[in-house]
Amino acid sequence: MTWQPSAPISHLAARAKLNRLIRDFFARRDVMEVETPLLCSSTATDPHLSSWRTQANGRDYFLQTSPEFCMKRLLAAGCGPIYQIGKAFRHEENSRQHNPEFTMLEWYRPDWHLAQLMDEVEALVLNAASAFGHNWEPFPRQTYRQAFEDAVGLNPHHASQPELMNLANARISGDFDGLDRDGLLDLISSHLVEPQLPRNGVFLTEFPTSKASLAQAGTAADGTPVALRAELYLGGVEIANGYQELVDAAEQATRFKADLHHRQTNGLPTVPYPSELVSALQHGFPESAGVALGLDRLLMVLLNCERIQDILSFPIDRA
Amino acid sequence: MANYSTNEFRLGLKVMLDGDPCSIVENEVVKPGKGQAFNRVKLRNLKTGKTWERTFKSGDSVEGADIMDVDLQYLYNDGEFWHFMDQQSFEQQAADATAVGEAAKWLKEEDVCTVTLWNGSPLAVTAPNFVELEIIETDPGLKGDTANGGSKPATLTTGAVVRVPLFVNQGDVIKVDTRSGEYVSRA
Repeated sequence: MTWQPSAPISHLAARAKLNRLIRDFFARRDVMEVETPLLCSSTATDPHLSSWRTQANGRDYFLQTSPEFCMKRLLAAGCGPIYQIGKAFRHEENSRQHNPEFTMLEWYRPDWHLAQLMDEVEALVLNAASAFGHNWEPFPRQTYRQAFEDAVGLNPHHASQPELMNLANARISGDFDGLDRDGLLDLISSHLVEPQLPRNGVFLTEFPTSKASLAQAGTAADGTPVALRAELYLGGVEIANGYQELVDAAEQATRFKADLHHRQTNGLPTVPYPSELVSALQHGFPESAGVALGLDRLLMVLLNCERIQDILSFPIDRA
Repeated sequence: MANYSTNEFRLGLKVMLDGDPCSIVENEVVKPGKGQAFNRVKLRNLKTGKTWERTFKSGDSVEGADIMDVDLQYLYNDGEFWHFMDQQSFEQQAADATAVGEAAKWLKEEDVCTVTLWNGSPLAVTAPNFVELEIIETDPGLKGDTANGGSKPATLTTGAVVRVPLFVNQGDVIKVDTRSGEYVSRA
């Protein structure tokens, strides 16, 4: 282990500049900066997210995988539009694009639609790009279905598990037995679809319902049920993930219980039922759009860095 | 052998894939923000030298390959096998032509080579980076032609042919870089 930072000081200065720019951006738009705890008694239930568990005062606490739950409790309490720049923790392997501790910019717009929020994400990113000397064009909007069909010729909403499995086996080398339909969509999109996305940025919209997570259900133009979720990709890499937020407490409770059941039956670590968030939704939650943006990855794109280690002061192996 | 889970994958790890021992040369984690994680791995097949690309679901495990690199002294070739000896234990190993491969043309008796063992038997032989071998055949150098950097082929005792400068003669012992197959100097 070495004592030196892994990023050059100039990249740390670039991060400071980006943070300043974000704070100015939201100040001009009357969005309030908030802070919420990193240690909470509940955490994301999503089976693919893994949280660190620890103890305080004889109770279990979890390092947050995103500030979503607490920020939504603030929204239910009537705080109006809010944003937060903070750390998030995910128990996963470090790689060129992942560090288990990373920085997230998350914000919520009560009474907004997801399309309006995508415009604001675009404004923020283009603003940052020009401050870093780039001249980027606005990002096209494309449905998940279009991107999927263009890359592999299958409709991701209707293709069956065996059809997806045949495609995966024909085009990707590996043993994918045991992957369900949703896992196969992840496999195909990460290996075959994402590499084909426009390098200069694109918003993917209308995700399959199995990828709704905390997004509302909606319908595509042809009536197909979809999740009202949007992701910004830059250079083929996920940068931001936005939702038309689920406001229905009963539906949210059902999804949490389904996740907990999935965790139990698949031998994954169990996590508590997030009763505070469900209570907040029951109290009354404004129709909102919300988005989480990976600041480390945005910085990587702005600075043309290939590795997240190039923009972190002390990545996990030096921390 | 132990099994290795994807989170133990690292460069140089030796694992079994489709019955062949392989070495991991690249390991990339692909993880959607919310979704199944995968490891995209490049592996070099240690038997064929070919590189394979393979995707694993994170959490999958693969069997480790019993691979060990040892320094052994080359003894002799009996026409079918090349024989090597551990200089401490005096234990001998016989490697066939597949295992010796390209290294055959650089092997000189008593030289110490790196022998890769799989389940205790030779899988591959790597010649020393530099070897000193005698020239058994080359055209006589032309006088006055040494300054222009010209070269000529020379056959060594092992049968290898290397390009040497014109001033080098039959009977000379020369130093060769076995990785590039190039002449370095007169020994």
